[in-house]
Amino acid sequence: MNATTHFETLPTHEQTQLRGLVVIAMSGGVDSSTVAAVLQEQGHPIVGLTMQLWNQRRLPELQGHGLQQHRCCSLDDVYDAKRVAQHLNFPHYVVNFEEQFEQRVVRPFVDQYLAGRTPIACTNCNTDVKFEPLLRMARQIGAERLATGHYARIRKNEQTGRWELLRARDRSKDQSYFLWGLTQEQLSRSVFPLGELTKEEVRALARRTNLPVAEKPESMELCFVPTGNYVQFIQAYSKDVGISFPPGAGEMVTEDGAVIGHHNGVHNFTIGQRKGLGFAAGKPLYVLSIDPQKNRVVVGGDDSLRTTSFEVQGVNWVSTEQPPGPVRATVKIRHKHEPAAATVLPIDATNAQVAFDAPQRAITPGQGAVFYEGDRVLGGAWIR
Amino acid sequence: MNRVYLDYNATTPVEPQVLDAMLPYFSAEFANASSIHTPGQRARAAVETAREQVAALIGARPPEIVFTSGGTESDNHAIFGVARPFRGGHISPAQLKHPHIITTTIEHEAVLNACQAAEKQAASVTYLPVDREGLADPESVRLAIRPETVLITIMQANNELGTVQPLEEIGRIAKEYEVYFHTDAVQSAGKIPIDVNRLNTHLLSLSGHKLYAPKGAGALYVRGGTRLDQLLYGGHHQRGFRPGTENVAGIVGLGRAAEMARNSLAGEAKRVSTLRDKLEQGLLERVPQIRVNGGLAPRTPNTTNLMFAGIEGEALVIALDLKGLACSVGAACSSGAVEPSHVLTAIGLSQEQAKSSLRFSLGRPTTESEIDIALEVIPAAVAQLRALSPTYRKQPASPV
Repeated sequence: MNATTHFETLPTHEQTQLRGLVVIAMSGGVDSSTVAAVLQEQGHPIVGLTMQLWNQRRLPELQGHGLQQHRCCSLDDVYDAKRVAQHLNFPHYVVNFEEQFEQRVVRPFVDQYLAGRTPIACTNCNTDVKFEPLLRMARQIGAERLATGHYARIRKNEQTGRWELLRARDRSKDQSYFLWGLTQEQLSRSVFPLGELTKEEVRALARRTNLPVAEKPESMELCFVPTGNYVQFIQAYSKDVGISFPPGAGEMVTEDGAVIGHHNGVHNFTIGQRKGLGFAAGKPLYVLSIDPQKNRVVVGGDDSLRTTSFEVQGVNWVSTEQPPGPVRATVKIRHKHEPAAATVLPIDATNAQVAFDAPQRAITPGQGAVFYEGDRVLGGAWIR
Repeated sequence: MNRVYLDYNATTPVEPQVLDAMLPYFSAEFANASSIHTPGQRARAAVETAREQVAALIGARPPEIVFTSGGTESDNHAIFGVARPFRGGHISPAQLKHPHIITTTIEHEAVLNACQAAEKQAASVTYLPVDREGLADPESVRLAIRPETVLITIMQANNELGTVQPLEEIGRIAKEYEVYFHTDAVQSAGKIPIDVNRLNTHLLSLSGHKLYAPKGAGALYVRGGTRLDQLLYGGHHQRGFRPGTENVAGIVGLGRAAEMARNSLAGEAKRVSTLRDKLEQGLLERVPQIRVNGGLAPRTPNTTNLMFAGIEGEALVIALDLKGLACSVGAACSSGAVEPSHVLTAIGLSQEQAKSSLRFSLGRPTTESEIDIALEVIPAAVAQLRALSPTYRKQPASPV
């Protein structure tokens, strides 16, 4: 196959006019590997960096045995990234960000869970690791830009002068929900070459370039909890670093404060959860809220789970400056939530009030709320 | 790209003469050195010649040389061969129950991790601190000796700093207290003269690939009369002491390399130290806010470890590699990522200072023009990184 024909079908977009060295954040998966193939095909000098983020040996009790160890965050992924770099013949390095990852992602994740919230580690990882120390390292080794395998788009609005973040063309793969924390500076130095492609197109490109990871399955779990068992991880990590663990058992109460049972630790629950709660008056019960101070889990019916208004903190305005008054937007409150119409009212530089037009189910403290206007990410914040 | 390799402490190329000496033993002279027949005898003769050559490098007798797979095996053999709690032999019941080992905090992982494993098997270990130059105090060794002490294991030259320990004094103390003394000489062999009798060492580890022989070949010197358990069980090779069919080609390479090192040692040490000093002085002149780690101690002639204030060492190594210059930072873990150096924190550097320190190690192929290139490339890369460093201040708050 002739190398020059590989990417004839690639849409051209603004970011193909990059100049100079581009660093690619490579996880060893098909997406970031395809980014390397795409940018190389477009003629950019590229260097791959793979972050070593978490040492699975840290918590050996969560580890499988012998060679049957969990795959994610593993050496296998590092070696996959290296194989891709060898296959395409560009420099690749593994860089150690374990310390930053623990400080900025793992520890806050655990602290939030223990405070009765439901955090999203991927957002912190993007904002505080990938597009912070990794981007800085990319620049230090001589690159102007950092490319990643995110499904999202960046464009410069020539009228406002702002860098705008947009949803991916492939809505089903869109990852803009995890990227709302990026600053203008970070966006100006980032490249998302997959934003215009569907996952199928990415796989097809990977196959056409004979990437050794073309058929690799996607990783769905949080990378440092490859078993998917958060509770087990939180317990093991807390013990390892000496976080005092909250008292285990506590009361399970209704909205009126009536004790209807007991729970085995607030970190075992997230809002909207139904599993294992049983029924009251023939109707299923759900977790409505978590009160770590009183060590209580409040439960109730599905109707009580639906609310309209909530406050957010840590607001970051992305494609627009902070608006002077209320703005209309569609707001997405978790990764799998269909954005719903709402009014966002800035209170000050970092706080805002969000009011949905219609009640939404399980608005969960610790999750992100991202404000969209069409495909544009206006901004985002943490649900209080 | 013309690559400049300044990482000879990581590994060295096989010398052409060494390779020539080895090649016949892969094919024409392929026989098993334990076989009775004539081809086997020729392989045996080659192994025994190599034993003489290795012995000569360190002032030992040939029967005192055991060939191994390399430095890690030699270190493990020395430590577990002496300190296995279940072994019989010369040691007292107290030693048998809780054997005590004395080592330092800056040993290679092959020694440190073996000591930690021995601790899990009921041994106790004293990890002696070192001073800011990376030197252990012989008197601290004396004070650490207890009735149950069975082994002192202290490296000769440190792989990251190049600092050379006062082994003669430590050896005298070991002799005085009749404690076995092992040294990991992997980084010193071929760089500085070694005489096992002057050092009073009972055990000494060597690695082929650090002295222009192939990887996978090494040796353990075992002073005659030393009671040492075997580590591996198998056939009768090397008197049953280290079973496994001899790696004849590797052993021949190690022998030839040892001979070459012995012949060229004095001249080469002078040549390389001149180049190392030129690099070190040149960088000190051209780059503000750097300092030499361990620079006041006696050092191997080829090594310099430099701290560049405000630099992420990992980024500098990558930036330099992209410009064609190979050097190293910290300790590489299995993924290839870098872990902060336990050696640099042991000499009193902060984590940040340790992460901003790079090792340049020169070798036999290093030329003056390579040093000239390094003196252009390194200052430029450091300036590029510092321009983007969140921690670098042009005017230091306090003298570095």
